[in-house]
Amino acid sequence: MSESAPADTVVRVDDLRVTFPTMDGDVHAVKGLSFEVPAGGALGIVGESGSGKSVTSMALMGLHRGTRAEITGGIEVVGNDVVAASDKRLRQMRGNDIAMVFQDPMQSLHPQYTIGDQLIEALRVHRSQVSRSGARERAIESLERVGIPEPAKRINSYPHEFSGGMRQRVLIAMGLMCDPKVLLADEPTTALDVTVQAQILDLLDELRRDLNMGLILVSHDLAVVAGSVDEVVVMRHGRAVERGDVRDVLSRPEHPYTRALLDAVPRVEVSRAQRRAQDRADRAERADKEGGGEAPRPATEGIEESTGGASAFQAFVPAEEGGGKGEPLLRVNDLAQSFKVRGGMWGRSSDFWAVKDVGFELYQGETLGIVGESGSGKSTLSRMIMRLLEPTAGTVEFQGRDITHLPERHLRPLRKQIQMVFQNPYSSLNPRLTIGESIGTALKVQGERDGKKIRTRVQSLLERVGLEPHHYNRFPHAFSGGQRQRVAIARALILKPKLIICDEPVSALDVSTQDQVLRLLSELQDDFGLTYIFVAHDLAVVRQVSDRVAVMRKGEVVEMGDSDSIYEAPRSDYTKQLLTAAPVLDPDEARRLRAERVRQRAAG
Amino acid sequence: MLTYILRRLGAGLLLLAVVTMVTFAIFYVVPRWAGRTTEQLATMYVGRAPTPEAIQATIERLGLDQPIAVQFGEFVRGIFFGAQYRFGGETIECAAPCFGYSFQTYQEVFPEILARLPVTASLALGAGIIWLVGGIAVGVVSAVWKGSLFDRLAMAVALAGVSLPIFFTGLLALAFLVHSWGLFGTPGYVPFTQDPFGWVQGLLLPWLTLAFLHAAMYARQTRAGMLEALNEDYIRTARAKGLSERKVVLKHALRPTLTPIVTIFGLDLGLVLGGAVLTEQVFSLNGIGRYAVQAITQSDLPVILGVTLFGAFFIVICNLIVDLVYPLIDPRVRIHD
Repeated sequence: MSESAPADTVVRVDDLRVTFPTMDGDVHAVKGLSFEVPAGGALGIVGESGSGKSVTSMALMGLHRGTRAEITGGIEVVGNDVVAASDKRLRQMRGNDIAMVFQDPMQSLHPQYTIGDQLIEALRVHRSQVSRSGARERAIESLERVGIPEPAKRINSYPHEFSGGMRQRVLIAMGLMCDPKVLLADEPTTALDVTVQAQILDLLDELRRDLNMGLILVSHDLAVVAGSVDEVVVMRHGRAVERGDVRDVLSRPEHPYTRALLDAVPRVEVSRAQRRAQDRADRAERADKEGGGEAPRPATEGIEESTGGASAFQAFVPAEEGGGKGEPLLRVNDLAQSFKVRGGMWGRSSDFWAVKDVGFELYQGETLGIVGESGSGKSTLSRMIMRLLEPTAGTVEFQGRDITHLPERHLRPLRKQIQMVFQNPYSSLNPRLTIGESIGTALKVQGERDGKKIRTRVQSLLERVGLEPHHYNRFPHAFSGGQRQRVAIARALILKPKLIICDEPVSALDVSTQDQVLRLLSELQDDFGLTYIFVAHDLAVVRQVSDRVAVMRKGEVVEMGDSDSIYEAPRSDYTKQLLTAAPVLDPDEARRLRAERVRQRAAG
Repeated sequence: MLTYILRRLGAGLLLLAVVTMVTFAIFYVVPRWAGRTTEQLATMYVGRAPTPEAIQATIERLGLDQPIAVQFGEFVRGIFFGAQYRFGGETIECAAPCFGYSFQTYQEVFPEILARLPVTASLALGAGIIWLVGGIAVGVVSAVWKGSLFDRLAMAVALAGVSLPIFFTGLLALAFLVHSWGLFGTPGYVPFTQDPFGWVQGLLLPWLTLAFLHAAMYARQTRAGMLEALNEDYIRTARAKGLSERKVVLKHALRPTLTPIVTIFGLDLGLVLGGAVLTEQVFSLNGIGRYAVQAITQSDLPVILGVTLFGAFFIVICNLIVDLVYPLIDPRVRIHD
């Protein structure tokens, strides 16, 4: 390690070990981690969930005090020995020398105090000599600095009156109140949309340069840190597997884990065809290794057995590549949904159009990607297609039949044809049902009475989605996020649907888990000839899974077409804007895009 | 905000009207379903050993032979404009908010309730403050020192408090604290305006007894709420700012905990204001609750009806106040519709 003068190093971590004693023995969350951050420097800490990166950032703040965690090694933050300092000393350090920005801006601000109160408090706890009005001015300045419009007015607002991105800005403003030497951002953009993510990362970068502040950026996504840091530490199982200059690590990764992580990051320049070819090749190779069987293995067996032959899938296995032949499976015409919004003192209500005039056709075996930011109407659209919402205007035709206003009674037999996979695998599975019950319920609802039959079908399906048949009796909490999403996919598949709507199916997952789930979805499409509507905000993911892409904004489709042409030659400004916001792995490309964004913003 | 207040007020009034109707039905309609004749009903309004003539006179006087809608109309009219009852030769005047007239004690119900209100209100407010402050304080300390001896002891006592009825704790307190050990004077009511010190002295034991029951619930609720709040992300943010643990607990964690507590406090206080039946009975305090007990033992229907309505009125009022205070505590409720 370089022997830099102490004045130049704002954070020094030396052989850090964090251990949590549990009933089943000690859990070593961090096992000997060392790094340094020079004044004004930026360090990225990257790893999957469970790698110990969040534990490290908590340890830097001394937030493990009062918990069971045992910390050894050295942590020095702006001259404070965090491991040995008194509680009082630590409190003086927090917020003053090092400020932290957390992952979930929705939960990290107190809902019952105005943001002004919360900002002022952050300053006055360390500078009690500053008057309230002085602190208020400083808070307004700080809000202005992070780009909150009309800060003097907004200072009296409560957190729930801000969007997610704005709340993250408020949190950053709060961190800036005492001019800290280091800003520690733990997954600051994970909960945000791409464009907002880009804005927040740009802001952090700009603040770091203008205020000469050290920045520690913690993320599970290498692409997020690529353009914002000088040095990167890749963590796995509590250890740094690789550490070095960001350019070196990304272009010449030494450790196999870093390489795997880099491979898993979805790249916006990889097309659907490339990805599919790669997935199929990998699969064939795997099948060969497992000894025999031609690839891809038609994995419908289990399902067919139990239904006794004529599977709905047989007719179209293998699926033809998404083509525009014959009758479309789904036809959507001028679909619109409006909600009544109350407003004004006397409760005048006005119409808010969540989705306006959306129309498309979708053929058997095809995947339509829908990208857009939160509030763009993509979830509302998928709910209307599912007929969880009744459209205000327009029609939905499924297999040539108009289902727009079909009463629930007639809709029910059709329901099994259209299934959904939801975003949050943690809350979309009933915690009190075993996963077997969760998956099997749909069969029961559709009239299957034979418990044994249900069980065998569910078990063969579990196997198909990469889980074990004996998982049948386990509860959701026993599974990781990725496994839960596999359960959710099995639940959608059990009724042998024709169309599956995936609403942000991988956005809550780590990159490597994300990759596995995407592979699974693609395999299932090959085997069962499924048709997908794939809703997501991640442009790279959407490109790799979609034949066609619709870009949505404020309820309207701004651009729609063949996915390669949209990505390579976007026509609308909004699509261009989205593409420049997408995080990329090449640090130089990331900086170029950042400059491009600054230019776009300046242009309005 | 204005519409919110108006809507809440309207809802409160509507609720009162519904309560009046239902209560009236319970006392005047349900007995008929159960097969009571008009004569039998009338018997309940006359003194002991009624003659057939007296019964007939009562039926006419109260209009018991009229259709039920007419009777209800008369009752509601009485609330707004007062009522008159012909009684033998003379006419009995029941002044404007007339909630009925007891033909057993020959008294109007409303003034009787008003006369007893200071007793019940003193009891309710004093006890309310004690259980609110005491319960929250114990709950906060328990949550912060979770698993400590204090926590376990407090929660055990709280469990006892919730489980033991007032006629048990109250009688026990009377027997030991007053009679055996003489720590407290004999409970009783002295108006505050006459002798503030005597007011406190006389009510202290009833307050503590009544508060014990409720404080136990509040302590448990506060503890649970605090434990949840302390796990929130914004508490971590507060700590990361460098706030002292005291500020983190009292400013950041306590406030969200208080929100549901205010709601139940409104309900509980309204309930007690309508008559702390057991407490008043045990400590012989002549409040609304005791009035109700007397009326029930004597089957004095107009009084029971009056007291019931009065109790409902307090609950509705307290809820209304909670609804109006709520947006002040939790800004997320400050809706603009």
